[in-house]
Amino acid sequence: MPAPLLSLRGLSKSYVTVRANRDIDLDVAEGSIHAILGENGAGKSTLMKLIYGVESPDAGEMRWQGNPVAPSSPNEARSQGIGMVFQHFSLFETLTVVENISLIVPGKKRALVARIRQLGQDYGLEVDPLAHVHALSVGERQRVEIIRCLMTDPKLLILDEPTSVLPPQSVRTLFETLLKLRDRGVSILFISHKLEEIRSICDHATILRDGAVTGHVDPREHDAHDLAQMMIGRDMPAPRPFVPREPGPVLLELAGLDYQPDDPFQMSLKAVSLKLHTGEILGIAGVSGNGQGELARLISGETRRHAEARDEVMMFGQPVGDLGAAARRRLGFAFVPEERLGRGAIPEMSLSDNSLLTAHGLGLVRHGLIDRGAEDAFTRRCIADYDVRTPGPQAEAGALSGGNLQKFIVGREMELAPKLFFVSQPTWGVDIGAATEIRRRLVDMRNAGAAVLVISEEIEELFDICDRIQVIREGRLSPSLTVSETRVEEVGRYMIGAEEGAA
Amino acid sequence: MSALSFIIAGMLAAAMPFLLAALGELVAERSGVLNLGIEGMMALGAVVAFIVVRQSGGHAMGFVAAGLASAALSLVFAWLALAVRANQVAAGLAIGILGQGLSALFGKRYESLTVPGLPKLSVPGLSDLPLVGGLFSQDAVVWLGLLATLAIWATLRFSKLGLVIRAVGENPHAARALGYNVIGIRYGAVAFGGLMAGFAGAYAATVYTPLWAEGMIAGRGWIALALVVFATWMTGRVVFGAVLFGAVSLSQLAAQAGGVALNSQLLASLPYIVTILVLGAISANKRLLKINGVASLGEPFGR
Repeated sequence: MPAPLLSLRGLSKSYVTVRANRDIDLDVAEGSIHAILGENGAGKSTLMKLIYGVESPDAGEMRWQGNPVAPSSPNEARSQGIGMVFQHFSLFETLTVVENISLIVPGKKRALVARIRQLGQDYGLEVDPLAHVHALSVGERQRVEIIRCLMTDPKLLILDEPTSVLPPQSVRTLFETLLKLRDRGVSILFISHKLEEIRSICDHATILRDGAVTGHVDPREHDAHDLAQMMIGRDMPAPRPFVPREPGPVLLELAGLDYQPDDPFQMSLKAVSLKLHTGEILGIAGVSGNGQGELARLISGETRRHAEARDEVMMFGQPVGDLGAAARRRLGFAFVPEERLGRGAIPEMSLSDNSLLTAHGLGLVRHGLIDRGAEDAFTRRCIADYDVRTPGPQAEAGALSGGNLQKFIVGREMELAPKLFFVSQPTWGVDIGAATEIRRRLVDMRNAGAAVLVISEEIEELFDICDRIQVIREGRLSPSLTVSETRVEEVGRYMIGAEEGAA
Repeated sequence: MSALSFIIAGMLAAAMPFLLAALGELVAERSGVLNLGIEGMMALGAVVAFIVVRQSGGHAMGFVAAGLASAALSLVFAWLALAVRANQVAAGLAIGILGQGLSALFGKRYESLTVPGLPKLSVPGLSDLPLVGGLFSQDAVVWLGLLATLAIWATLRFSKLGLVIRAVGENPHAARALGYNVIGIRYGAVAFGGLMAGFAGAYAATVYTPLWAEGMIAGRGWIALALVVFATWMTGRVVFGAVLFGAVSLSQLAAQAGGVALNSQLLASLPYIVTILVLGAISANKRLLKINGVASLGEPFGR
């Protein structure tokens, strides 16, 4: 048997407070698509940084084609034939595609442009080499990243959560690209937490939990349930059953809202209409960057309209377009924003003080003074009821992991018992167990008669919990689709604009 | 000589201290470092150049010494901002004040002394043109400064080095992930900024007004800083802003000399007002700001 392309033995890496990788063993064969499966915080990204030379391991050995190596920089890793497509932080928005690529690929601009076009044709990665990156969609940016890697002629390509930003049709195109690459002898390390994807494309899977390897398996021989168990270490909680309900009165209505933001890099919204009734969950699907953020800010009240346009946003039958976020909340509206740090919570403040930010109306303030006892009790209730893992109410919000902080914020908002609830990206970066719990709570709220609006980029999530879905694309909303009568592919077509004529 | 031809002939020289300092700061800021100590670095460069020229080391020696001294001071700032990761605003202000203090200290014995200026080099033929002829008769530093401007513009725009500097300024984390030495590049950019500030100070003290007076930089470093921002980090606009400022400064002098019946304080503030209005108006374009602005400006970068 030939030596594996990449072989790791006993690789460990600790940061100040966490042991991110413990004793990792891993073999990647030539011509293999190898999955690294794990929850957020399981140590996948750290491991990739070690392989790619961004960080150095504290202990352990790395072999490349049988020879010991210790890449101390990405340059070194690249020169050996390792390429990496990052999930974040990797393209420069103010530069053009070819400029971005020329940062790591030597050569004359004209030659690079030609090669970019050629690779685009060969692998289905078409993109305009002279376009500025800020003008590209997320999917196109990913293509640029992959092209950039391919131009260095790698033997191993690392892809960090490549499908998390793509609509379903683009995922299929990406997979075709990956299979073509594999057939031409490129091995692929595919990092993901999406089990079905891994089962459909990978021939090996290494599963990480809490920084250690919990299994090496052939994913095609296990079902998703098995893999999930290895990944989270216990059984998955079952989704909450739906209680069929007749939708009640309309609590939130946007009627043909047009919005032109000041910032040229933001999406303008065109003729956006939606109606949200009590006792239902409406999902907004779409690829990120299609106007979700702008829509969220208009609904939450962060973006206020001038007084003439106040009836563009109606809550509880009242025009609120010109009201600020606090005024809208007083009507019985609550909101979980997409950014936890800075919008959902103040990172430098304790959880207790973060409670106060939106729950001050629940008796946490008396005669204009903060009632520390009530604040503490409320915070403890959120921590206990929503399974927030933290030393206590005095912990700094910024010190919590993303998933734990999200549970805290969702808990805080749900404790307000809103009649109209709006959540943006409810389970982004949240581990599977907690994500399922958050979804169950959302369905509970709906069953209890609240009106719930959810923006999410995860179609499966929306299909799990929503009564209806509308798709946002380039600032326009599709007609409402009833989930029980709709297939995922249909939503996907709206996401990529194939239903343009119909919409 | 009419007032207009006087302004046309002198505006490049008047602009030179601003231009040199602003171009250096432009490079530093493009890499993501905000150096607020420009004023002090110009002051240090001015005194060093003045002393060297006065000891008759010649202007070339004076400029080299000034550039090196200011670059060294800027490296102290860079060390604070990049290695110690101090707050860039505070570190820049502190180093700037240090530079002004050193300048006053070293210059004590030279107060009110003078040095010879530089001769004008004329472009044959063109310098005899009516009205605009003076434009083609400038000292060597102006000619070199214009060449340097072109070189900086071309480097930032077309070269790999410029690309890397811009990339580091926009997203240092990504640049590091690609294998670039972010800290090293920033050190280089800040040192270049210091060097240019030193030249700017040297020009002000030994060529433009070859006479030593404490505090002679008189806020020109701050104007240079403002020019960079108002010019939305674009080289061409920095040049435009600096020349505009120089031209308006000269026109208010011409106006005073010509006995215009306007309050002299008001006239003296004219260059500032005009420059702020004009550049404020052209920098109102949010799209340009977003594309040319430096996303990581002033943020400490750590591993």
